[in-house]
Amino acid sequence: MKAYDIVIIGGGPAGLAAAVAAKKSGVDSILILERDKELGGILNQCIHNGFGLHTFKEELTGPEYAARFIDQVKELGIEYRLHTMVMDISHDKVVTAMNREDGMFTIPAKAVILAMGCRERSRGALNIPGYRPAGIYSAGTAQRLVNREGFMPGREVVILGSGDIGLIMARRMTFEGAKVKVVAELMPYSGGLKRNIVQCLNDYDIPLKLSHTVVDIRGKERLTGVTIAQVDGKGKPIPGTEEDYDCDTLLLSCGLIPENELSRDAGVEMSPVTSGPIVNESLETSIDGVFACGNVLHVHDLVDFVSEEAGAAGRNAAAFVKGERSADAGRVIQMNPIEGVRYTVPSKIHPDQMDDSLTVRFRVGGVYKNCYISVYFDDERVIHRKRPVVAPGEMEEIRLEKAKLQSCPDLKTITVKIEEA
Amino acid sequence: MYDVIIIGAGVAGAASARELSRYKVNACVLEKEEDVCCGTSKANSAIVHAGYDAAEGSLMAKLNVQGNKMMPQLAKDLDFPFLQNGSLVVCTDPETRPGLEALYERGIKNGVEGLRIIERDELVEMEPNISDIAVAALYAPTAGIVCPFNLNIALAENANTNGVEFRFNTQVEGIEKIEGGYRLQTSTGTYEAKCVVNAAGVYADQIHNMVSEKKLTIVPRRGDYCLLDKSAGKHVSKTIFALPTKFGKGILVAPTVHGNLIVGPTAIDIEDKEGTNTTRDGLDQVITKCALTVKNVPLRQVITSFAGLRAHEAGHEFIIGELPEAPGFVDCAGIESPGLTSCPAIGCMVADIVKDILKLEDNPDFVGTRKGILDPEELSMEERNELIKKNPAYGNIICRCEMVTEGEILDAIHRPLGAKSLDGVKRRTRAGMGRCQAGFCSPRTMEILSRELNLPMGEITKSGGESRFVVGTNKDRI
Repeated sequence: MKAYDIVIIGGGPAGLAAAVAAKKSGVDSILILERDKELGGILNQCIHNGFGLHTFKEELTGPEYAARFIDQVKELGIEYRLHTMVMDISHDKVVTAMNREDGMFTIPAKAVILAMGCRERSRGALNIPGYRPAGIYSAGTAQRLVNREGFMPGREVVILGSGDIGLIMARRMTFEGAKVKVVAELMPYSGGLKRNIVQCLNDYDIPLKLSHTVVDIRGKERLTGVTIAQVDGKGKPIPGTEEDYDCDTLLLSCGLIPENELSRDAGVEMSPVTSGPIVNESLETSIDGVFACGNVLHVHDLVDFVSEEAGAAGRNAAAFVKGERSADAGRVIQMNPIEGVRYTVPSKIHPDQMDDSLTVRFRVGGVYKNCYISVYFDDERVIHRKRPVVAPGEMEEIRLEKAKLQSCPDLKTITVKIEEA
Repeated sequence: MYDVIIIGAGVAGAASARELSRYKVNACVLEKEEDVCCGTSKANSAIVHAGYDAAEGSLMAKLNVQGNKMMPQLAKDLDFPFLQNGSLVVCTDPETRPGLEALYERGIKNGVEGLRIIERDELVEMEPNISDIAVAALYAPTAGIVCPFNLNIALAENANTNGVEFRFNTQVEGIEKIEGGYRLQTSTGTYEAKCVVNAAGVYADQIHNMVSEKKLTIVPRRGDYCLLDKSAGKHVSKTIFALPTKFGKGILVAPTVHGNLIVGPTAIDIEDKEGTNTTRDGLDQVITKCALTVKNVPLRQVITSFAGLRAHEAGHEFIIGELPEAPGFVDCAGIESPGLTSCPAIGCMVADIVKDILKLEDNPDFVGTRKGILDPEELSMEERNELIKKNPAYGNIICRCEMVTEGEILDAIHRPLGAKSLDGVKRRTRAGMGRCQAGFCSPRTMEILSRELNLPMGEITKSGGESRFVVGTNKDRI
């Protein structure tokens, strides 16, 4: 198959926004490879509204939000292939893919944008004891069955984990006639957005039990019930707190894992914290010309920020292809997330190569009230932003200005941390 | 009236059926589940043992060593995954070292080839992740690992192709002696046969006790396991057993033939013959005990856990033979570890017994080979493209983790004794067996099953019976 300047792995929100941005930056030879039957990725099953408040200043459903980008891809004449699974990305950016029509084929690329998204943590990975009956679904699998295929996975539902998809599915299952009995969350705080707790649980009187987990699963063929127990500070179930729930369905919303098997095989250096590639200010991985964006890089809460991040990856990939970047990236500043800040994306910055303004995104490791998000240029505190509350469920960001970084020629490390009031 | 009815389509029943199909025989296998390989045969360590464990002179020792020797050729003939990776029994306490010597001696007496005791240096060279306190090990190069599902499926398919009938969802509820044989009452009707083979696994006692006053008791001995991602599959290359210490029997750490890492099992005697639930305590035992022999097992990469039931009889010996008190009724009971290893030899032994009872003649049409489901990953890109051109379903990946194509799933559904459920597809193709544990592919596989079997989605099950995935359509109760 012919060569392309940029090959984008994944036609979800990240891949679409990256493609549009790269095209608008002047690269014509772009190919999106998508394994599903249509572009749009997970948004196609997110039929609830609330997408696009930042990007379009209006509330869209997932498919509507995706359509805005799909329309642009089509208008701009960007090529894409559906039903196509990428099997391999080589270190020198040869992409091997397969579909029914073309068979297995290879595409040499000048730049590759990783936009494969993420997958859900399974029951097995959680190692919940008990039987293994039908009726246990990841929240996203249930969402696909209900929202795309019109099938009810069950009638009486318990949800483990308060990730956003779980919260959204609590409301959806209620709409469709199921009884959602409880949402149990292992942590003392929810992993989802505050607005989803209010709009999906509180509005329907669905109890949220924090510091609780499923300790037993019953039912030999179809699920008949689960046992939920309170956990201590280390997440260990407390004997005597067990409560049995009769249910035919258990939905799991216990975290998302960036889907980086292709990246790993290509030799991309990975972050143990995000499970995504380690990237610089250009969202470029440890392999020159391989960029990453969206949930494959780190799991986002809001698609608006995925689009924004992916746009940057697309522009940077275009600059790489067009040879607009100098061979010498110049000096490097290391990002140093500590004291409550789990990671930053990017994790290093070449000031000479960065845009005029750079968004650094990160998550905190716990709930902090009346705290400050502080940024230090080496030892000097340059940002000290008061926050009434920060939580792991909501991604945070800071902005760094190129001019400011260039005015500090000796700057080695930018530290981001949470400081108590 | 059948010549033979075999009760149970696990490895023992399927191997017996396959060996019997070498003769002109009118045989039928009755299985209470919806598929072959649904009991003990599907949930075990998947190990082909060398044969030093079983007591000298026992039937178990004899069939273990025989089965081990037969397995490589059988794997070729019936096209199922098998690898002779060798095993190590690791001694971590110098005081227990005589135990290692005793195992070696017993192995030699049992006829195990290639056994030797290796010292720590060689051990570390073989297995860099071996425990820091390991002092020596018994190395058995003839030990192996096998895909238990495809071993069982291959035996059954081959038996079926050679004329043996299989009846699924058929539970034997009673057996009476009749003139010239037995009448079996089952959940799907009455069957008669001149000869009955009892290969009912954990239920072999109930079946035996239907015809004999000499009561048999089979205790389900549960074993909990954790299975780790393929990224952890190279943590060890050989099957690592622990030499029992004063702290008890250890658990094994082994690669699987598909490249995962398996740790387990526990050994917990229970009463419920369907009690295949893991428990927190059991899983915790697995997680702690694996560290005895292997260091830094990456337990964060567990992708699933499961429990299997060994069909344990107090004498810890295979019980294979015609009952004097019930002529024509052949027990094949107490088939616990090393049952999987021994199954090729068990099949031959059972077939010999039945042949003598019924005076069977050779089946000149017997075909002893079978082709498994084509794995496109074994083809070159050119060959693969040829295949996709002929059958585009081989270009459509359904399970992204294990890279299983629609072509393989269609083959699994439409071949003899084909898959009828998601677990059936999974055991035959590995679709859904990877790191996402079917989160991605289950709706897709359900669609294929629904289309190919012409069943509504509401009838698609995980593993037959009431294990349906969807219970209705949106708002159908509003």
